[in-house]
Amino acid sequence: MDIDLITNILYATIRTGTPLILIALGEMVCEKSGVLNLGQEGMLLVGAVIGFIAATVTGNLFIAVWFAIFAGMLMALLFGFLAISLASNQVATGLALTIFGTGLSAFLGSNYVGIGLDGMQPLAIPLLSDLPVIGKVLFQHDPLVYVALTLFALVFWLFKYSRLGLKIRAVGENPEAANAIGINVQLLRYAAVLFGGAMTGLAGAYLSLAYTPMWSEGMSAGRGWIALALVVFASWKAERILLGAYLFGFASILHLVLQGTRFEVPPNIMAMLPYVATIVVLVWLSSDAVKTRLSAPKSIGRPYRPMS
Amino acid sequence: MSSSERLHLQGITKAYPGCIANDAVELRVNSGEIHALLGENGAGKSTLMKIIYGVIAPDAGQLLWHGQPQVISGPSHARQLGIGMVFQHFSLFETLTVAENIALGLPADQAKDMAALEARIREVSEHYGMALDPKRLVYTLSVGEQQRVEIVRCLLQDIELLILDEPTSVLTPQEVQQLFRTLKTLASEGCSILFISHKLDEVVELCNAATVLRHGQVTGHCNPQHTTSGELARMMVGDDTPLSENYSKAQGTRVALDAKDLCYQPEDPFGVRLEQLALQVKAGEILGIAGVAGNGQDELMGLLSGEERQDSGSIQLNGTAIEHLSPDQRRQLGFAFVPEERLGRGAVPDMSLVDNALLSASHTGLKRKGWIRYPAVRQFARHIIDRYNVKCADEDAQAKSLSGGNLQKFIIGREIEQQPKFLVCSHPTWGVDIGAAILIRHSLIHLRDQGAAILVISEDIDELYQISDRIGAICDGRLSPIAPTQSVSIEQLGQWMAGQFSDPQPQQPEVSHA
Amino acid sequence: MLKLEKRPSDSRLMAYLSPLIAILLTLLCGGILFVFLGHDPFAALHTFFIAPLTSVYGWTELGIKVAPLLLCAMGLTLCFRAKIWNIGAEGQFIMGALGGSIAALQFLDADSRWALVPILLAGTLSGLGWAALAAWLKTRFNANEILTTIMLNYVALNALLYGVHGPLKDPEGFNFPESALFADATLLPVFSDDYRLNISILFALLAMVAIWTLMARSWVGYQIRVLGEDAKAARYAGFKDKQLTWFALLACGALAGLAGVSEVTGPLGQLVPQVSPGYGYAAIIVVFLGRMQPLGILFASMLLALTYMGGEMVQMEMTLPKSLTGLFQGMLLFFLLATDFLIAYRLVWRRQPASHSTTASQA
Repeated sequence: MDIDLITNILYATIRTGTPLILIALGEMVCEKSGVLNLGQEGMLLVGAVIGFIAATVTGNLFIAVWFAIFAGMLMALLFGFLAISLASNQVATGLALTIFGTGLSAFLGSNYVGIGLDGMQPLAIPLLSDLPVIGKVLFQHDPLVYVALTLFALVFWLFKYSRLGLKIRAVGENPEAANAIGINVQLLRYAAVLFGGAMTGLAGAYLSLAYTPMWSEGMSAGRGWIALALVVFASWKAERILLGAYLFGFASILHLVLQGTRFEVPPNIMAMLPYVATIVVLVWLSSDAVKTRLSAPKSIGRPYRPMS
Repeated sequence: MSSSERLHLQGITKAYPGCIANDAVELRVNSGEIHALLGENGAGKSTLMKIIYGVIAPDAGQLLWHGQPQVISGPSHARQLGIGMVFQHFSLFETLTVAENIALGLPADQAKDMAALEARIREVSEHYGMALDPKRLVYTLSVGEQQRVEIVRCLLQDIELLILDEPTSVLTPQEVQQLFRTLKTLASEGCSILFISHKLDEVVELCNAATVLRHGQVTGHCNPQHTTSGELARMMVGDDTPLSENYSKAQGTRVALDAKDLCYQPEDPFGVRLEQLALQVKAGEILGIAGVAGNGQDELMGLLSGEERQDSGSIQLNGTAIEHLSPDQRRQLGFAFVPEERLGRGAVPDMSLVDNALLSASHTGLKRKGWIRYPAVRQFARHIIDRYNVKCADEDAQAKSLSGGNLQKFIIGREIEQQPKFLVCSHPTWGVDIGAAILIRHSLIHLRDQGAAILVISEDIDELYQISDRIGAICDGRLSPIAPTQSVSIEQLGQWMAGQFSDPQPQQPEVSHA
Repeated sequence: MLKLEKRPSDSRLMAYLSPLIAILLTLLCGGILFVFLGHDPFAALHTFFIAPLTSVYGWTELGIKVAPLLLCAMGLTLCFRAKIWNIGAEGQFIMGALGGSIAALQFLDADSRWALVPILLAGTLSGLGWAALAAWLKTRFNANEILTTIMLNYVALNALLYGVHGPLKDPEGFNFPESALFADATLLPVFSDDYRLNISILFALLAMVAIWTLMARSWVGYQIRVLGEDAKAARYAGFKDKQLTWFALLACGALAGLAGVSEVTGPLGQLVPQVSPGYGYAAIIVVFLGRMQPLGILFASMLLALTYMGGEMVQMEMTLPKSLTGLFQGMLLFFLLATDFLIAYRLVWRRQPASHSTTASQA
């Protein structure tokens, strides 16, 4: 393997890991507040299609990204209304959001399939991007890669140092107690769910505007679900999400590694890899079930309505 | 109106579908007063406290604070006014530290500097004689220590009224004394205390004013120092309920249940490890195990019922080894269990009483070749409802629609009607009104007199003294000596509950350990 | 003022009413949507929901779509009743189609009807095997079944694509990603040569009755219900949760697999990449909408089948995208979850007495 190939692989790894970072960070915040949103896949697709349509119509990628974020939040609001205000079953509601989002995105995007778009261009960071290998791997990405890293730092700080983070954790552990000491549980949960929607909407924009600038039905290919597994894998820690996302990114582009080697694997078999990897990770996690249980937010998935 | 009047409730009313929790309640608390709010379970005490603390809003009535009408919008508002509350079920976050828990309850500006906060926690907790380590994770604390966290959280703010909801129910007798000293210190410094309880002796010992509630209405105001417990009790339960019950003691015959060397390390990281635990229950006796919650009661219950599997040790019923059997296999041999959690373990909340009657009784001929005999099940459910005076719409009512006491009667009935040889009963009358409690205790005594071996695990010491023939305590996964109830003083039992006994268990239980 | 208050006991009336309200709300929103798309809402809704059923042919086509939905939904009912969130009916369906097709391709020259038996068996067992994988992952490793079954769906889809693009591709098929056409003898018998409706609808109805009886009267069914309602109570009663999990998942996999193989040996007659238009996912909606009750599920599967036909209809007649189907399905589930709130809660009109006036006077 030559140095160019390695550089390309690492570069692609970071690109592929970026949407997973965004989704998983958003979902982590959501789950920390005690809400399990299985609708990531649906929000992701809607974010992607809205971002793409906005970009095609306005021609402005910046505006398009905001449209995608907003679309993700609207979807999350829908989920939040059911799961938080109406105390519906979170698993069923999340599934509904995914089914709805899949249908909605296919419907909205039906006239945009096969249209080309000038996607997001890399933003080379002066000086640093000129470094050999590292310059290409780390400092010649499109802006959203850097945005994702910034958001990672934000979430990391939120739970490590801030009072708001402490409150979110409290709500996710014991909503009754949080309510009793005067924390507005519903408000915080809405905020967390909306943040998750924004992050996933952003990830959708990344997919349809930067990663592969186009729209096709179901283009998220299960990334929303993989990100959900990633949160468990990371045992609800931001830094481990970062690591896990890049590991998954690497697994998804393994075909690049095999390119030109003796191992010719049919593309459909290769495409199974991220999904099989996810299952393997879930199995591997079971070896440390106690730790998973300790780090999981205690009231996750349990609806809560304050009594009046 | 006294100038030192701090809190005054006027005509507070709160109704829920199907019941009036508070009906035009009047209550006055003066500064420096330790005021008891007495009442049976379900009398409306907790609802009233939550109204004062702003957790729920009253339908009618008003609240005067220092003589000024106030509408308390929520707990934060209550705390701003200087009202603090310690709930019966603590509002703590187990995976956070003591300091983090306390910080969450404080206004943001006071919680900024964690180091300073930790120092203050140390200082305040020591001043009131309840030392705390601010850096510990809450789930590693004992129940008594967790209560201290709650109290310290209130004390760190300028507090003028401290509300405690049944604070002694989770403490050993010695811890209760320590708590009372703390509360008296606080009161002497001018803080008012509202002490919710249904235990008369405690109220007489601690309080200098009392308000009694029954069925949501105030039935009397008095000074417990000048009132007899008999008079207090009358106000609490009314004229038509017997006040105290005497139950005969029994000796027991041969050993029915024999557990030896039970060792168990629970998977649950919050669980308690059992070590070398041995226990014998005789046929025809009730053995009572006292203990503060979370000292291994659940784990012991799990091993006996077969829901958990011990790491080593043996359990025999009438000479048959059963430690490897599943719960349903044990039931076929004559085991029965009344778990602590009624809704969500002893009964399925959303299922009907018919379906719930089948839950643990399927081996009594209610199914044939894999098919359920619903007519027989329905008949069984009706039988329990009639015999145990369960108040419900009909046997198709959902379990969750029953009151706690009625559901407990149903579960106890279901278990006892299987004619068990060995019954484990956890917290038989917790949260149950006096009428139901008496019925439940009578049923247990009746079953005992038919020759069943009964193990009662409870935090209610009074009850254990009433119905147990032999008594012991569990602490930190170890079992104290077991002795005839009459020979164990309450101080002795308190020491056992605090873990002051030596291992292994001596054969002479009268030997006391300082 | 209007207040939400928890009912002391769940409302049975609302449990049956809420699916109907959800359907009405979906139609309402659908109508509004058609207005935005520039169509007469009544005509459009008519085209979507009524027109497909105005002929015998329409009803038989509905039956063709009801069969797989009903089979998958009955299997999912078992799982969901036990709170095993098996989202994998889609993958189990695909594997059933794939396994059945591999078998059917061995019988291309068959002229005996008996050849159908091993083919159906192969499909059923493939679905069962795929579900067994999920059951094993859950009981042995405690891996979250939502995620594993979703992942297995994607793997199954890729396996299908690999099959039709690779070893199962018809060598004389002009390089289309499709298998060869199956032998006539290995196709499911139809009721009449004029219509495509075949005996798979009987399989589905049989499954419905069987699972109905199982859940309502048998000890296994009772245990599954308790496990789902309250796992702690199941443990207390001594039920074996792992055995029940295996049972529910295997039964579901077998039924979904049967649905899959019935699709390729029925209306399709060969293996194609789009063997499932999302039946496995739509069946989830069917189960919720049908209240996990057999008759409810039958009606719900008819409604969902109709959304597929309606989608095709508006595409043909009004040149609207077929994906309206998914949109309607999603809306339906959303509205259902929202109206389900009224089972446990009720809206009451309550006058606010004294306290309200006192609060006002103090402000």
